[in-house]
Amino acid sequence: MGFPFDIPVLGLIFQLVAYSVLVVTSNSTIILALATPIALGAMCGMMNERSGVVNIGIEGMMLASAFTGWYVASLVGQAVHADPSFFFGATPAIVIGVLAALLTGLLFSAVHAWLSISVRADQIISGTIINIVAFGVTGYLNILISKHSPETGGKFVPFAPPEALIDIPVVGWIFRMFLQQGPITMSVIVLAIVLQILLLRSRWGLRTRAVGEHPKAAETVGIDVIRLRYRNVILGGLFAGLAGAWFTLDYGNSFQPGMTNGRGFIALAALIFGRWHPIGAVAASLLFASALSLGTAIRTTPPIGDLGSILGSIPEQVFAALPYVVTIVVLAGVVGRSVPPAAVGRPYKRESTA
Amino acid sequence: MIASLRKQVLLPAGAVVLALLVGAVALVASSPLVKGYVDLFLPLATYVALVQGSLLSINGLVDTIVNATPLILVGLAVGLGFKAGLFNIGGQGQFLMGAVASAAAGAALSQSSPVIAIPLALLAGMAAGALYGFIPGFLKAFTGAHEVVTTIMLNYVAIYVVAYLITGPLRQAGASFAVSPDVGAARLPAILNVGTGHVGHVGILIPLLVVPAMWWLLYRSTIGFEIRTVGANPDAALYAGMRPRRLVVLALTLGGVLAGLAGAVEILGVSGNMPAAYSTNIGFDAITVALLGRANPVGIVFGGLLLGAMRAGAPLMETVADVPRQMVDVLQGIILFFLAADVVVRRVFRIRAAGVGVDELQTVTRSYGGQTTPP
Repeated sequence: MGFPFDIPVLGLIFQLVAYSVLVVTSNSTIILALATPIALGAMCGMMNERSGVVNIGIEGMMLASAFTGWYVASLVGQAVHADPSFFFGATPAIVIGVLAALLTGLLFSAVHAWLSISVRADQIISGTIINIVAFGVTGYLNILISKHSPETGGKFVPFAPPEALIDIPVVGWIFRMFLQQGPITMSVIVLAIVLQILLLRSRWGLRTRAVGEHPKAAETVGIDVIRLRYRNVILGGLFAGLAGAWFTLDYGNSFQPGMTNGRGFIALAALIFGRWHPIGAVAASLLFASALSLGTAIRTTPPIGDLGSILGSIPEQVFAALPYVVTIVVLAGVVGRSVPPAAVGRPYKRESTA
Repeated sequence: MIASLRKQVLLPAGAVVLALLVGAVALVASSPLVKGYVDLFLPLATYVALVQGSLLSINGLVDTIVNATPLILVGLAVGLGFKAGLFNIGGQGQFLMGAVASAAAGAALSQSSPVIAIPLALLAGMAAGALYGFIPGFLKAFTGAHEVVTTIMLNYVAIYVVAYLITGPLRQAGASFAVSPDVGAARLPAILNVGTGHVGHVGILIPLLVVPAMWWLLYRSTIGFEIRTVGANPDAALYAGMRPRRLVVLALTLGGVLAGLAGAVEILGVSGNMPAAYSTNIGFDAITVALLGRANPVGIVFGGLLLGAMRAGAPLMETVADVPRQMVDVLQGIILFFLAADVVVRRVFRIRAAGVGVDELQTVTRSYGGQTTPP
């Protein structure tokens, strides 16, 4: 290698930067895919926190949705045999599976809404309950179902962009990153842009932000705080449901207990890092997903030379733990400068219902 | 006194009863998957097996107490956090770090005398847990990173630390799978041995020391008063001359000590070594325990015994009623649901007691919203 790479230590850093750039560009497709559940989870969190409700149950909502999506698709797939369609290889089984996942997200978020808005239970406890219930119920049913060894309901097939587009030098990987994806991953960017515009430019967005910042003031100008919170929290469940469907119907086609592996919690950090904006949250999820894929890349295609032998000597568990460590570091570094909606976590009680 | 005791007991008891009823419905609903047909008597068979496996035999009772011991210790850690207005979900990570540290110390001291090996191995576990509790405490106090997210992330990191240590430097040479060497002399001696393989180790006495100590610390010591004040109102605590940041670090570190001790007790008392794939659900179990006990040390003992009994009865439930042991997780989730949705419990049982929640929890969620450092 040439000049900057020959200097000890500094050369290694240059090599690491060069390798990281290479990893990010060559793994861009997988990074966007891995960012999907984190970004969707963060959008679910945004819907909640912007209207003043904490939701740490996103992890459980994703897990439960991943399970129902997978199981419903499997049941429908056994009943209805259909060839993959032109649209991402979708079959009735997969489509109904996604709908079931979305419905599960709605159901769990409705429970969270009821507990945190009407019962005015502690919102973090409510989220924890959702996580524990989802973990328990999916683990229990998964054991029962796997005894009957169900067939998979299949999964979406990634879109195949024209070769000419991917082969364009320098920018080809960008096309591959955004186009060589399943429908759920592809929808993330669109959803983030739409949600960003709605949040900052629509009447709904203005009202949501008002309710999240100063519910009492919002109520005095005629906004129904309780109703808006209910609506936003429940609709937010759709994003968690879609994230769950990604696990078992887009990225993979099987279910394992606890397969969400903390993605729902990383999503909360992405939300904070993205300063409670959908597009910011997507950018933050890309960072976490890069950390996720770096470990895989080093194991499968290690860099050559000194850097390779150094990275190769680091135990694989270090890379496996990397996304979680990055989450802590980011959170510790960014929190002081990232201002949340003022009313987050405070149950709202009307002064008079007369 | 009697009235307040009634208040303390009625709602958790009502929540458990309702959870068993809802659990029964869930069991009937899932019976086609269990038995192949709708079995209306499955709940009865399940609950009878649970009780038989946990309370109605000597073996079951021993298992219940052995299971309850770490649950009580980690439950105290979570409860202490609640009192300080902190939600410590990191019990699992602190437990694992304590377990692996005591496994390492035990392995190193396995040839020495138990008088040296046991205290040192327990201390190693407590020290590792303390360090692992200190990290989120420090981050919370000085950067504002909320403990809910950081402790959960640290739980995952702990899994990989354990995997690395046990597949690497701590691995028992010649073992067919990755496991740490036997702790030998550091093994906690049995005090309850009924001769059927169900052994009660001396560690089951530890809660008898720790629970009164925690009660004294919380309700009779200056530090306890300060911790509770910070939990109730951080601003007032600052105004009264206390140092909320230091107390936050202290509460989480002390919680880490308890959870680390629990991990050490499990390794030194129950398994004797630690496999790389050691899995535990104790972090979330302990949250249930702490909420059942309303963060009160005495209440936590009962919460720990209840969950310990459920875990002890699970194997018999699995063999006799064919119900997978994950059903216990489901029941636990439903219990928690009714603890949070106490309006339902009140309405069903016509309980009119008011204000019996863990009051400091309001501070927990508010601080999440604030995402700022304590004053």
